[in-house]
Amino acid sequence: MILASTLTTNLAILVLAGFIGFVVISKVPNTLHTPLMSGTNAIHGIVLLGGLLVIGLSGNDTFSKVILVIAIVFGTINIVGGFLVTDRMLEMFKAKPKRAKGADDGESSEKGGGS
Amino acid sequence: MIQAPLATSFLQNQSFLDVLYIIAFSLFIQGLRGLSGPTTAVRGNRIAAVGMVIAVVATFLEPSEGEWGLIALGIALGTAVGVPAARQVKMTAMPQMVALFNGVGGGAVFLISWAEFRRHGSTYASHTHAVILHALPNGTISTFTVSAGGVPTYVAIFSVFAAIVGSVSFWGSNIAFGKLQEIIPGRPISFGSAQQIVNLVLLVLTLAAGVDLVAGAHSELLFIGMLVCAALLGNALVFPIGGADMPVVISMLNAFTGLSAAATGIALNNPALIVAGMIVGASGSILTNLMAVAMNRSIPSIIAGGFGGGGAIEGASGAGEHAGTVRSTSAADAAIQLAYANRVMIVPGYGMAVAQAQHAVRELTKELEKRGVEVGFAIHPVAGRMPGHMNVLLAEADVPYDQLEEMDEANQEFGRTDVSLVIGANDVTNPAAKNTPSSPIYGMPILEVSNSHSVIVIKRSMNPGFAGIENELYYEPETEMLFGDAKAAVSEITAELANI
Repeated sequence: MILASTLTTNLAILVLAGFIGFVVISKVPNTLHTPLMSGTNAIHGIVLLGGLLVIGLSGNDTFSKVILVIAIVFGTINIVGGFLVTDRMLEMFKAKPKRAKGADDGESSEKGGGS
Repeated sequence: MIQAPLATSFLQNQSFLDVLYIIAFSLFIQGLRGLSGPTTAVRGNRIAAVGMVIAVVATFLEPSEGEWGLIALGIALGTAVGVPAARQVKMTAMPQMVALFNGVGGGAVFLISWAEFRRHGSTYASHTHAVILHALPNGTISTFTVSAGGVPTYVAIFSVFAAIVGSVSFWGSNIAFGKLQEIIPGRPISFGSAQQIVNLVLLVLTLAAGVDLVAGAHSELLFIGMLVCAALLGNALVFPIGGADMPVVISMLNAFTGLSAAATGIALNNPALIVAGMIVGASGSILTNLMAVAMNRSIPSIIAGGFGGGGAIEGASGAGEHAGTVRSTSAADAAIQLAYANRVMIVPGYGMAVAQAQHAVRELTKELEKRGVEVGFAIHPVAGRMPGHMNVLLAEADVPYDQLEEMDEANQEFGRTDVSLVIGANDVTNPAAKNTPSSPIYGMPILEVSNSHSVIVIKRSMNPGFAGIENELYYEPETEMLFGDAKAAVSEITAELANI
């Protein structure tokens, strides 16, 4: 029954977190939806913790270690990239002067057609 | 999981660690609250990042932690990939980047579930033949068998859920990335009417494997089979979806990854994972719904349907009706029209962003304002490729906030607008969404530019837009087309304005 109580505690946390998510995020204005998506995206990089926890328990199973290192790489990309990219986006909403550099002008590597 | 009953120092005291996790997820919530306003958003994001650092540090202090070399390797590699990617990505490519970052998150989830499954001896059930050697910190080795019940059923269920959803999210996100990056054609690719059957079969196979595993099947092959079926399902879900629906799909997959992270958290009994994952699951669901509403698409029909599969053909055949009534104009004529207008509404779209024309547009705006022309920007909720995407791009070009008008305001304004200047926007201006019930975008809220006195459309060519649908706007009598690269065309108009 200790397990059961762990489960119910965790389920309670799960449900409450869901409600908090709804409440907090319903208030975000449309204009910030892209940064929001990117920001929440960074937060689910928390799966990194799973990789960190499990790799410590994986004994001498080499294959598990390989996939866990990959998982850690993925999780780190998710976190680091996610927060940085969100920060870059949000910096642009800041009111003032920062002259936007024309760095991207010209050699756009994307195909412009069709849109 | 094994909770070592031998926490030695205060730092490794489980209650202390739990406090750190609680601080971490409080910071996530506080950070997301900050994201609700443009002035607090930067700080909000950084608060969430601090929360993440605390959560990672707390994990490092877990008594079971080890393999520091491999952890350092993984984090170093991830940083080496993630930092430059985030620094260098163009603002226009943001949706792809989010898809990619989301994908790796999903990838991490299913890999972790897989490793967990192997750690339990390739089954969730009890099995007596495994003898575990467990090294205690004091140097002695204890042995015990794992015969006492394997893992609780609920752990198995959540692990299997995480594996399936993580795999779907990983593959789906990668396909979405490929489509937005135009590595894979943006148009729907599907098995036609058999698509839903294929999806259903894959879903059933995936679930069957999952149920079998939860019931205690002892087979790593079955687990891999389940991952493969889920991977195929991820592909089968996203391939048939047209480019126009892609933001909705990415948002949905973002929510999926969040939920799978929360499931991993329950399986590993880690509160930070549960809370953070679930918040993302909730927010992603809301965002998905908002986007779908903005596009007048129902989420089930996006998932089941393959937008544009049949629709694009209908749209294409419908296009034949208006052949040949397109009028084109020159930059000089456009400049004259704009200069003598009282009110100009600029309708920016993804094409403007791709051409990096936002700065040129800003110059044009200034020039017009100098002449006393009132200029506004009409922003469709899904202009660009994600909600709010266009606002980011215009903010980058220093366009003042108060000039941006959301769809409902803008639609009231078009009636008193002399010239609407459509720059690289297409589907969001298509009157077919209002007038043509057979059109696949029928019912989608649009910017009603055709209500303004005249319309100038800057566009590269007559190619249909991202949704693959012909735009009726171009054939209307008040519309004139200015063909060319958005940036070049806008600069030209600005130059011509100086001559007037």
